[in-house]
Amino acid sequence: MNSCTERLKNGIITENPTFVMMLGMCPTLAVTSSAINGLGMGLTTTVVLVLSNAFISLLRKVIPDKVRIPGFIVVVASFVTIIQLLLKAFLPFLDSALGVYIPLIVVNCIILGRAEAYASKNSVLPSIFDGLGMGLGFTFGLTCLGICREILGAGAIFGKTFIPEDFHITFFVLAPGAFLVLSFLTAIQNKLKLPSATNVAGDDSLSCGGNCASCTGASCVANKGIVEAERAAEKAAKAQAAKEAAEKAKAAKAAKAAQDAAKKKEE
Amino acid sequence: MNLFVIIISSMLVSNVVLSQFLGICPFLGVSKKVETSVGMGAAVTFVITIACMITYPIYYGILVPMGLEYLQTIAFILIIAALVQFVEMALKKFMPALHASLGVYLPLITTNCAVLGVAINNISDGYNFIESVVCGICTALGFLIAITILAGIRERIEFNDVPESFKGTPIVLVTASLMAIAFCGFAGLV
Repeated sequence: MNSCTERLKNGIITENPTFVMMLGMCPTLAVTSSAINGLGMGLTTTVVLVLSNAFISLLRKVIPDKVRIPGFIVVVASFVTIIQLLLKAFLPFLDSALGVYIPLIVVNCIILGRAEAYASKNSVLPSIFDGLGMGLGFTFGLTCLGICREILGAGAIFGKTFIPEDFHITFFVLAPGAFLVLSFLTAIQNKLKLPSATNVAGDDSLSCGGNCASCTGASCVANKGIVEAERAAEKAAKAQAAKEAAEKAKAAKAAKAAQDAAKKKEE
Repeated sequence: MNLFVIIISSMLVSNVVLSQFLGICPFLGVSKKVETSVGMGAAVTFVITIACMITYPIYYGILVPMGLEYLQTIAFILIIAALVQFVEMALKKFMPALHASLGVYLPLITTNCAVLGVAINNISDGYNFIESVVCGICTALGFLIAITILAGIRERIEFNDVPESFKGTPIVLVTASLMAIAFCGFAGLV
């Protein structure tokens, strides 16, 4: 059970897909014009993620290694279709607000990434919690972005207006505002030196070259290794420098002492 | 006249990256150099065009007569994944020169949501065959235009004094935002 809570924390905080890993950027930018849309998209993705993780984890010994990616795609696409039909039937307002982005959950790199990196290697229960954690992390990211844009652009939170219309900056609900809000959020993250895929010096050091298009999720583990190795190397270099400085100081002290002794002798 | 409207609106007014937010990952990831971004754009154009030509007859020829419209998502993503593999093999065999220049980008395109997005949009907008192919080509050209402009700007930004916390992704997003504002100016065209 301990590993389950650890998976939840990992998904929501340590490896938050929106802020730390920068995955699934298309829905992040497209549907966050209001908080409720962001929340809806996040929860829809969470459901798909939990179901597909559970199913892929069950099938992990059945699917041959060579055709695993098409296999994962079929599983994910089936669940997306089910969810799409359910939304059409029970939450038609959400279906019309999210539009084409619901079928596009299939190509969301978070889902394939988790299938490849976690669910295909672990047993069912931790995989479900991994999916739940990642999904809630994604929901959190989308809702944050949605709240920021809705307050600035429409003066409201979850549809409740509290800023008079004269002070609305419509720019932020439109397409350019999405890019700008996300850029400021990542800049704040860089400023506070919070862990993120973006504030590692030079994307090229990442094993995937920072290229999400080629990401199957497998490179995240390697990236973590690289980043950690870099940080360790930096630490080691610092320690080395401190050591050298201390030695130098010691040597200087010794030399001074020797000089003093020599002076005393002369006297 | 209708075709002209489709061309303008899919290429400029509702640009696939800057107003529909499809294909953001390669847009941000493969836009460091103009050369590579043109290669990526060309490969995307190639795949989207073929994908539109194939998904249209499959939807109206197989799925609709059998009453299986709800299988659209599964069918399209499998067609696109298979298509990308097939295009790669065909290029390798028959056009080695083109394969050498586009080859690296082809496997990346399966997960490019622009391809699936255009295919689904063509169906939901009720375009006929010619219109959907034209819409596909022009959407892809819109992607090519956007990613090439961004790569050009990013090459210049390399030499600029960017504030410390905006280095990396944030400044690219600011650039994309300014480009999106510029593309908003086309809104009056249609």
